[in-house]
Amino acid sequence: MILQGIFDVLFNGLSIGSVLLIAALGLAIVFGLMGVINLAHGELMMLGAYTTFVVQNALKSLGEPLFGAYIFVALIAAFGVAAAVGLLLERQVIRYLYGRPLETLLATWGVSLILRQFVRSVSGSMALSIALFSLLFWGGQWLLQRRPDWEQLRGRALAILLPLSGAIATLTGVVLNSNKAIAKPWFSARNIDVTAPAWLRGGVSFGSFQFPTARLFIIVLTALCLLGTYWFLQKSAWGLRIRAVTQNRDMSACLGIPTDRVDALTFAIGSGLAGVAGCAVTLLGSVGPNLGTGYIVDAFMVVVVGGVGKLVGSVVAAIAIGTLTYLLGSGSVPLWMTQLQLSEALKPLFDFFTFFSTTSMAKVMVFVVIITFLQIKPAGLFPQKGRTVET
Amino acid sequence: MFTQRNQEHHHLFMESQINRMSMQLNRRKFLVLGSATAGSILLKSCASPTPTGGEASGGAAGGGGDTIKVGILHSLSGTMAISETTVVEAEQLAIKEINAAGGVLGKQIEAIVEDGASDWPTFNEKAIKLIDQDKVVTVFGCWTSASRKAVKDTFETKDHQLWYPVQYEGQECSKNIFYTGAAPNQQIEPAVDWLLENKGKEFFLVGSDYVFPRTANTIIKAQLEAKGGATKGEDYLPLGGTEVTPIINKIKTEMPDGGVIFNSLNGDSNVAFFKQLQAAEMGPDKYPVMSVSIAEEEVRQIGKEFLVGHYASWNYFQTVESPENAKWVADFKKEYGDDRVTNDPMEAAYILVYLWKQAVEKAGTTDIPAVRAAAYGQTFAAPEGKVTMQPNHHISKTVRIGQIRDDGLFDIVFSTPGPVDPLPWNQYVADTKGFACDWSDPAKGEKFKA
Repeated sequence: MILQGIFDVLFNGLSIGSVLLIAALGLAIVFGLMGVINLAHGELMMLGAYTTFVVQNALKSLGEPLFGAYIFVALIAAFGVAAAVGLLLERQVIRYLYGRPLETLLATWGVSLILRQFVRSVSGSMALSIALFSLLFWGGQWLLQRRPDWEQLRGRALAILLPLSGAIATLTGVVLNSNKAIAKPWFSARNIDVTAPAWLRGGVSFGSFQFPTARLFIIVLTALCLLGTYWFLQKSAWGLRIRAVTQNRDMSACLGIPTDRVDALTFAIGSGLAGVAGCAVTLLGSVGPNLGTGYIVDAFMVVVVGGVGKLVGSVVAAIAIGTLTYLLGSGSVPLWMTQLQLSEALKPLFDFFTFFSTTSMAKVMVFVVIITFLQIKPAGLFPQKGRTVET
Repeated sequence: MFTQRNQEHHHLFMESQINRMSMQLNRRKFLVLGSATAGSILLKSCASPTPTGGEASGGAAGGGGDTIKVGILHSLSGTMAISETTVVEAEQLAIKEINAAGGVLGKQIEAIVEDGASDWPTFNEKAIKLIDQDKVVTVFGCWTSASRKAVKDTFETKDHQLWYPVQYEGQECSKNIFYTGAAPNQQIEPAVDWLLENKGKEFFLVGSDYVFPRTANTIIKAQLEAKGGATKGEDYLPLGGTEVTPIINKIKTEMPDGGVIFNSLNGDSNVAFFKQLQAAEMGPDKYPVMSVSIAEEEVRQIGKEFLVGHYASWNYFQTVESPENAKWVADFKKEYGDDRVTNDPMEAAYILVYLWKQAVEKAGTTDIPAVRAAAYGQTFAAPEGKVTMQPNHHISKTVRIGQIRDDGLFDIVFSTPGPVDPLPWNQYVADTKGFACDWSDPAKGEKFKA
């Protein structure tokens, strides 16, 4: 009985932990390796989830059993979309803010609000307006850049281009809005329905154990992402460069590593992994504009507890937090105590665990444990050693 | 940690910028800021006409400022937006119909819509804004009990009036609130009785962690004890939480051979709960779930394939057969699209606008005490059947239980023969047993021994 209980806790801890880990993996790279506090990480997950929705609807016409494989297409698409948005974010916003964590924090929080509102209100007319604005503004600049006196012109050109293209785009948007079909929001503020393929909806039984397929899928997916990330960082040429830049940026630059491109690549990969996580969590919960807010705190918690800068730390932390959450929330401890006939002997302890055995109280207890842990080991489970720590 | 990273990146910053002149940097900044501003202008101008502004609903026909202002206060964003936006649409439909028929007291109704943002203090701020700044004559609003409790004091101290359209846990009877959703004896209690009779005696209670599920479960536990059922466990998920693995395993441990799950989860958590319940292969044949917060709209968003065969208890389903309902469903679809569904809170929201209108017309003024007195006894041929406003500020409603079918609508499996009178003070809970509420008699008021 007890053995089965322990196995039960281990499996479910692993399954909760794997969700935490896949959500935190991208952040472990962006925050851990680059030191960027990216509060828009959750929204990158949300974009991954919405990509899954779009892919699902696009492939619905294929019919079963081909449709059942849409999730693999969605995983790749989600990685691509989130990585592209991440790349844009890094190039346009974050790279100007390196070394200024507080500004980064505010800017990425702003980006997260923009992304959330964007999926709520994006419609055909809005997308067209934005495309038109980009075309006029960036295209105009590109044309003007060919002039030899561009450097002198620049200030004036921007002052004219910006309001002009803004006004034209706005006007187009207003005109297009009169057409109801184009003005209809694509997703609206409502949650959307992402249906897991039929083969991921049931469960697999081994004897008296029962494993939900979706959970098994996420565990495998997390393991694959982890292996992929590990292989990329440890074995590939770009991985080597990323690690070099993380350890000593100046020296890497001196040795000819293009740190600028390394930053962009690292951020894009971290964002892409967030997209994959977003696709994975559609199997479990609801998909809406606020999907990310539910995961961002947990993701930071995992990275901080694991020790910033260490992938292995995030893995251990995610599984530990998952197991602890399940152990407390499922009421396993009082159950075992009853089975071992300890509930009377250790009455206060029994009452304590019974009190914390609802899901919301377990969450409180997990946070208390984490805060206590960080008091003892402020740098997390696997503190980073080496030169950068001392400087 | 910050200082360490700060320094580390300071190097990078110096290095990457060293060759660029500071002039250029300023231009870059300008560029970034400029494009951000332009972006936000675009966002504003291109937003389609969503119901976020007063102008979206105000009847243009009135004109000249000769309108009656009412407030609409629901969450248009955040975790509750999934449900509350539909209620706003129902209220706006009713207002539009009334305006098209000539308005109230010869004036057009102008709705001021505010977003409570699923955040309870925000609800209170917006309520104060509507009352003090916009000078509305009444407010239609709130969904969660937490938001209602957050604004209750404001409405009481300012002696204003809130119309609340959602089923709730009862144990409240404010002079300044009219409740057009079900009291527990019009939803939860009949559902528990029906389950005891048809589905089994062992119950597991699951809910979101706030006032409605906690109070509802207190009532259910008392009722089960009185009627020979058993509460095998109860668990609460933080509002918006999606990690339901511990709950599902607890249900399996406590009721290995199946049993009834009574679900008062609210909002997004339902999606996670039903998806993972199905993944654990706990189907409606062994583990029937009775929900009190899942209606047609939620079925659509959760995905009907996860819900087919489970139950919900409401006063209204889209499948109610009556001429009033057929007309309302057709009107709603015409206004908001053929793919839309109607549900209980939307219907209650639709009712309350009409009950308010009738009360104003009977009183001949929008003066709050006069309207309140005129509201008692108002009847309305609602889509769910005839409803009557009682002196205890709740309405008599028909109770129904529906089973979710393949098309995402409900098969009505049980229905009371006629409207059930509301009992705000619960008769199963010891503290409130024997109490009633009557605001038409100043001597009785909020809570008196019947």
